[in-house]
Amino acid sequence: MATLEQILQEHSLFAGAPAELIRLVAGCARNRIFQAGEYLFREGEPANEFFLIRQGKVALEINAPGRAAIVFETLTVGDFAGASWLIPPYRWVFNARAVELTRTTGIDAACLRGKCEADHELGYEMMKRFLPALVTRLHATRLQILDVYGKH
Amino acid sequence: MRQSDPFVPQIYRVERVSRELPDTVTLDLTALNGPRPSFEPGQFNMLYAFGVGEVAISMSGDPTKDAFVHTVRNVGAVSGSIEKASPGSILGLRGPFGTAWPVKAAEGSDVIIVAGGLGLAPLRPAIYTIFANRVRYGRVVILLGCRNPKDILYRHELEQWRQRLDVDIEVTVDHADPEWRGNVGVVPKLIPMAAFDPHGAFGLICGPEVMMRFSANALLDAGLPPDRIFVSMERNMKCAIGLCGHCQFGSAFVCKDGPVMRFDRIARIFAMREI
Amino acid sequence: MDVATAPNMATISREALQSLLDVLAEDHDVIGPTVRDGAIVYDRITAVTDLPAGWADFQAPGRYRLERRDDDALFGFTVGPQAWKRFLHRPVETLWTMRKSDNGATIEGDTSAAVKFAFIGVRACELRAIAIQDRVFAQGPYPDTAYALRRQNAFIVAVNCGQAGETCFCVSMQAGPKAESGFDLALTELIDGDGHRFLIEVGSEAGARILARIPHRSATDQEIAKAAAVIAGTESQMGRHLQTDGIKELLLGNLDHPRWDDVAERCLTCGNCTMVCPTCFCTTVEDHSDLNGLSAQRLRKWDSCFTMDFSFIHGGSVRQSPRSRYRQWMTHKLATWIDQFGTSGCVGCGRCITWCPVGIDITVEAAAIRANPRPRAGQRHGHT
Repeated sequence: MATLEQILQEHSLFAGAPAELIRLVAGCARNRIFQAGEYLFREGEPANEFFLIRQGKVALEINAPGRAAIVFETLTVGDFAGASWLIPPYRWVFNARAVELTRTTGIDAACLRGKCEADHELGYEMMKRFLPALVTRLHATRLQILDVYGKH
Repeated sequence: MRQSDPFVPQIYRVERVSRELPDTVTLDLTALNGPRPSFEPGQFNMLYAFGVGEVAISMSGDPTKDAFVHTVRNVGAVSGSIEKASPGSILGLRGPFGTAWPVKAAEGSDVIIVAGGLGLAPLRPAIYTIFANRVRYGRVVILLGCRNPKDILYRHELEQWRQRLDVDIEVTVDHADPEWRGNVGVVPKLIPMAAFDPHGAFGLICGPEVMMRFSANALLDAGLPPDRIFVSMERNMKCAIGLCGHCQFGSAFVCKDGPVMRFDRIARIFAMREI
Repeated sequence: MDVATAPNMATISREALQSLLDVLAEDHDVIGPTVRDGAIVYDRITAVTDLPAGWADFQAPGRYRLERRDDDALFGFTVGPQAWKRFLHRPVETLWTMRKSDNGATIEGDTSAAVKFAFIGVRACELRAIAIQDRVFAQGPYPDTAYALRRQNAFIVAVNCGQAGETCFCVSMQAGPKAESGFDLALTELIDGDGHRFLIEVGSEAGARILARIPHRSATDQEIAKAAAVIAGTESQMGRHLQTDGIKELLLGNLDHPRWDDVAERCLTCGNCTMVCPTCFCTTVEDHSDLNGLSAQRLRKWDSCFTMDFSFIHGGSVRQSPRSRYRQWMTHKLATWIDQFGTSGCVGCGRCITWCPVGIDITVEAAAIRANPRPRAGQRHGHT
């Protein structure tokens, strides 16, 4: 059975990361499995733990009155679910629901933030890995809201 | 095969009308006199609604079958009139015009097809041709993006294609309700996850211009050479034969130097405003 | 009088010019310059007296005015607002008429009889413009056969300009002032102590046949030299210059130049330039039907890239701003035309300068960009 460190190493967020960084992060990590339909987190809850997706699919959705929840993004292998843990007030703004059986590595947000605060090298390394993924997602989101397929 | 006078429409009869979406139909057209001219995937016809006008619509049918098949969305007076055509009615038709998808040149390579919304319609003849000669190609990937699951074009056919073991199909939508079990997000997002050899692959992209630009960039990021990425351009067309000037896009006339154009030839002006 | 040195050169008198018109009128619609509404336009003429004898044209950006000359020259002006394109590439053309029938419909193409024109007084820049439109209409993958027929049937009597206008720059475009080819006969007007006569050069078999039927004599060496001097004089009088080397790369490399914003503040997008330009060829179509819905017709009409809906696709027009529409016209004329048809689209006739209500000058705009080029920062062409 693979160790947490081996599992982390495989995730694209940590591709090529030095062993020391993996070890530090692994100290905040644990395996989490979600059945289809289970929520990884819900809107308004404290953003205590975020999830690296190893297998499966996660839908990000938002509730709206009088209609079914709107799914605006699905995440899959190699993505991570949850960014609100990075910024105060550390609260989730959306729901994240497993669409199918989903295996993740859960990372304790407070633990990782604490370690980054204590070790700025670690902190900078983590920022260098998170930011490109977030910028890419921002670009994609901007393209999405253009509603290019709609009638004009 | 070129018809005698490219200015004058031939008369075609609507054999069949299938409704695809609330505002979109597919028409099967047969010529009143004789077989239709042959065409290549990517080309278009000018369809004429009696007394209303003409509109450029790509072929979306099988080049080896008898009818001209056109998927038409109601976005104006002419397309609206054509969308309401009933079986047995007549339309005028001029064509085929324009350049074709490089299905021949892509033999021996992987092919990644990226379609946005109705962009799947002009790509479908290429897909038919590739499937008919499947052994000549490497991996074939079809990526489709739409607004929401209700807007997926040719859904039934896509599901049938999905059952083939020799093609990868991924569909994503801009947003959905939780009943949708598929992907949600923009279509370029699917590209890094698709399995194909970028350095040897051909990319065929069709959809709204913004979507084509971002998809082309995503294919470049994935390693495709710019001279193997093809898009299908759309501009105002009146004559369809390079004489009226309306469809100009830089130095190109989209009606005869397009609609299928090689990305590296237009990359510079593609992202510019109002060219 | 050594005839052998210039076997295709002859001299005709002013009276013989009338014979020329009469002979041509036998089986041509004879079109030539004539004064109307304060301008010199091309219309049907029958007599030499219809020509603008003694008239000159003063032209400047946004200005055109006829002035009396102090001689009786018949061709003592440059070019008026119209080009010959209104006869060869007609402003309105019926493409076809369709009638519904029991089992479909029948279509009838344009059945109007082909006209044979004789054009009198075609300038070198206009010959070039006709050749440019030939490239577009008759030599592409889908030739306009009606245009090709009118063109084939047209008899052209060119005139070498005796003066250049303030807005003329045919020399820059290597399109004049001497008529080099593309004519059946070419005249150079000579007025001096020896009389009012025309050197006439034969440019084709058809021209030779017509010349044989009108009074003429061999041209003297002196007359040939005088004609050459007239043309040389015109060449030195050009009112404008356009530097053409590298102009395609210059304009296409400066599509975001601030000069486009500058000209956009002046341009009314009125489209005058496209109407008077002898090479502009854009058209649109109009579909008509009768109230029964039983017959329909398609017309083709001149159009201009300056109109708002020229580039309309669902969702809106591609070129909405005046900036983009002026840029389209000028870059097409001077740059992308070269890629499309192998030559510049401009012949240096100056009409666009003269007839622009606000006096925008294509030579000034090109020079402004050339003086201060600003290429875009490195673009992603897909070259990594």
